[in-house]
Amino acid sequence: MRFAETGYNLEVNLSSGNIEKVETDPELTRLHLGGLGTNAKILWDRVSPEADPLSPENLLIFGTGVLCGTPAVSANRTIVTTYSPQTLLMQYSMMGGFWAPELKHAGYDKVIVSGKSDGLVYLWINNDKIEIRDASHLQGKGSLEASELIRQELGEPNAQVLSIGLAGENKVYYASIEHGRSSASRGGVGAVMGSKGLKAIAVRGTKDINIARPAEFMELINEVLEYIQWRADNPIKHVPPILAGLGSPQEMAIHDEQWHTTAFSWGNARYRRKDFWTEEVEEEWTKIQEGAVQRLISCYNCPMKCGAIISYPSLELSKYMMKCYSKLTYVMGAMVDNLDFGFRIAGLAQGYGVDAYTAPQVMAFAIELYENGILTDKDLPDFPTDKEGRFFYLLEKIVRREGIGDALAKGVYWAAREIGKGAEEYDSNTIKRHEQIPIKLGMLNPIFFLMLSTGEKINITQIEGQLPQAPFPEKEDREEFVKDWIQAPSDNIKDFFVKWELRGDNAFPFFPDFQTACELVEWQETMHYIDDSTGICAGLSSFPIKPPYHINNLPTIISAATGFDIDKDELWNKITRRNRTLIRAINVRKGLRRKDDKPPQDHWKKRFPEHEAKLLDEYYKFKGWNDQGIPTKEHLEELGLGYVGEDLEKRGIYNSEQSKKES
Amino acid sequence: MSKVKKKVKVIKIDLEKCNGCRACELICSAYHSSDKYSTINPSRARIRMVREPLKDIYLPVYAGEYTPAECMGRDKYVIDGKEYNECDFCRASCPSRDAFKEPDSGLPLKCDMCEDDPPQEEPLCVKWCLSDALTYEEREEEVEEEVLQEEMETGLKSLVDKYGLENLIDGVSRLSKKDKT
Repeated sequence: MRFAETGYNLEVNLSSGNIEKVETDPELTRLHLGGLGTNAKILWDRVSPEADPLSPENLLIFGTGVLCGTPAVSANRTIVTTYSPQTLLMQYSMMGGFWAPELKHAGYDKVIVSGKSDGLVYLWINNDKIEIRDASHLQGKGSLEASELIRQELGEPNAQVLSIGLAGENKVYYASIEHGRSSASRGGVGAVMGSKGLKAIAVRGTKDINIARPAEFMELINEVLEYIQWRADNPIKHVPPILAGLGSPQEMAIHDEQWHTTAFSWGNARYRRKDFWTEEVEEEWTKIQEGAVQRLISCYNCPMKCGAIISYPSLELSKYMMKCYSKLTYVMGAMVDNLDFGFRIAGLAQGYGVDAYTAPQVMAFAIELYENGILTDKDLPDFPTDKEGRFFYLLEKIVRREGIGDALAKGVYWAAREIGKGAEEYDSNTIKRHEQIPIKLGMLNPIFFLMLSTGEKINITQIEGQLPQAPFPEKEDREEFVKDWIQAPSDNIKDFFVKWELRGDNAFPFFPDFQTACELVEWQETMHYIDDSTGICAGLSSFPIKPPYHINNLPTIISAATGFDIDKDELWNKITRRNRTLIRAINVRKGLRRKDDKPPQDHWKKRFPEHEAKLLDEYYKFKGWNDQGIPTKEHLEELGLGYVGEDLEKRGIYNSEQSKKES
Repeated sequence: MSKVKKKVKVIKIDLEKCNGCRACELICSAYHSSDKYSTINPSRARIRMVREPLKDIYLPVYAGEYTPAECMGRDKYVIDGKEYNECDFCRASCPSRDAFKEPDSGLPLKCDMCEDDPPQEEPLCVKWCLSDALTYEEREEEVEEEVLQEEMETGLKSLVDKYGLENLIDGVSRLSKKDKT
């Protein structure tokens, strides 16, 4: 019997219509755990790096975490893995919701989609009965609406549906896959789905998921539940309210947006408005939010209420679901001071299925180009004069790929190069061709420098977490903080936190020492890689300060569920390192090198090029990579990834780097 | 007239507080699996969520008695502007739907308030509902035993009238033997 996982993948070829239920090798779970880890392994093995991401050769993998569907609180994540049309690198976007547990109850750990259908179709997975069904009547339908229509026509109210909108159908490079209040948004996974002619996947499952050591497992999960309740009554002190609790930042429940609106940049990641948050703004925004939020809602098996049902009579579909930061991204991108605009445009954009992180930045970029004469009235006929109107206009052009919308649909990096005429100058906030968090700060932060530069998810929120973002001013508060810091990976990290000061010798950028900086980065990143393999939500694990899941209890939790005996060393230094290194190798094979490992150009005002170079050198060494950021053959061998090293060697990747260095 | 005390177990369901996470379904199925917690399957749960986010309908319902017949009507309730099917509220495992039946055998399911030895502090669904949409109450009700006795005797008398005392005694003794085997 297989525990926690189902032991089967569903292979669907949309070109031939072939559908197969394939038993998986339990050894692969042992090596890679599941979710992201096994997704990456499949991508490495089966998709040639030369394949065009929007071609039938690319795979679109919907993986579930190994703990999804078990009582492990918040283990509900779907990990979507493919090659991105935008970054041309491996992309894995993830989402919460209800889809992954339903898929496991249907009897599958993953759905692996290959090929390309002739017309628009959707997939209906009802336990062992699988159908590829015509979706031509759903063409152009909004993501939520399509999901509802599918549920109705199947007569199955309990089916869980994920779907793309018009943006995905039209292969917008930042098209999302939407599922209720959740979405897999980054890097154009929706475009890949659209390129395969796949509108949606509906799932219904009524099978068992088994736990290896139930009594032990439940005891551990009860502790997690108790800790969540304890943390609700004990918010973290000395940090902004939005960071004090658990879950994703509680944007739906909390009105205090001082931190986001004053610390993050507005427009095309340009302007910081330190004095934006006034009493009047707070009063008005609170009123708008309270009017819009009808109910706070959760993902499967999670008590955190990170999402909300938004009720807006002015919308085509009067209700939609929202979470986190998307209520602000459009507002801040458009430089509009009214939160009402955020709720209106976010609902529309979600129906079209675009990434609420990238889309507003692309639109803000276009407006900057217009204001600077690079785009003209010829490119933007009948362009409205008001800020809100301009964003609505651009959104329509992009999702339909009309006129300039065709270039803008590729994201800032590609659009800038296609438009030319100096547009590249305005591409200030992308790395690896991908839009980044719009933050502009003063002093270089060595920890964030490494995370921004080397993170394979190309998104800072997918690597940071657990460590407070700034030192507490008072030493006694820092000492107090570490007293019950059960989540810390080592005494060295606790020691660092106590010593860490805002100014002086123990302040950034030359503090901490290289070894500690590397350890801090790897610890935070490791937590995310574990979550992405277990399917546990970052909101209760890798992301917040003092979460209920951490490096010290996850090994026993995973072991009790799966029946493996995995200790902290194996989880961190073997499994997670193996997955992390494999993904780096996948991207190296796609051309990623040291020159790409950098933060957005003006992320910090005060930069230290020599120190930064040394940080990268030390981090690469720490990771077992060479000075070009390529995993060494020896290290790959140690991790049981000898076949990866051989492939890189066969492709001449080590040689060419060696010769480049010598010349 | 003597009165007897009876313990009544009550789960209070506050629809406004439900966040729709379905932890109640999950933990119910886990608790009732054998060995306890060894398998998870919400479709075996004795509680089910009627969940329609876009209508803001979040309704947990517990499994009650099995019924061999389906009902004639399918009435609708409109509560606070939201339309519910009568079926949504119904606790019965009945022929007209799949709810509250074991998915493989079709056998009916019924909430047992997580009866256990030693007893659980509260049903597991309540424990796992951190939103407090489900809360547990126990109250004692006093029941007038005398009244029941009287009702029974009235019933017996009519049976004696109809079948005769001898036949009734024979019948009762046969039934009690059957019960023991």
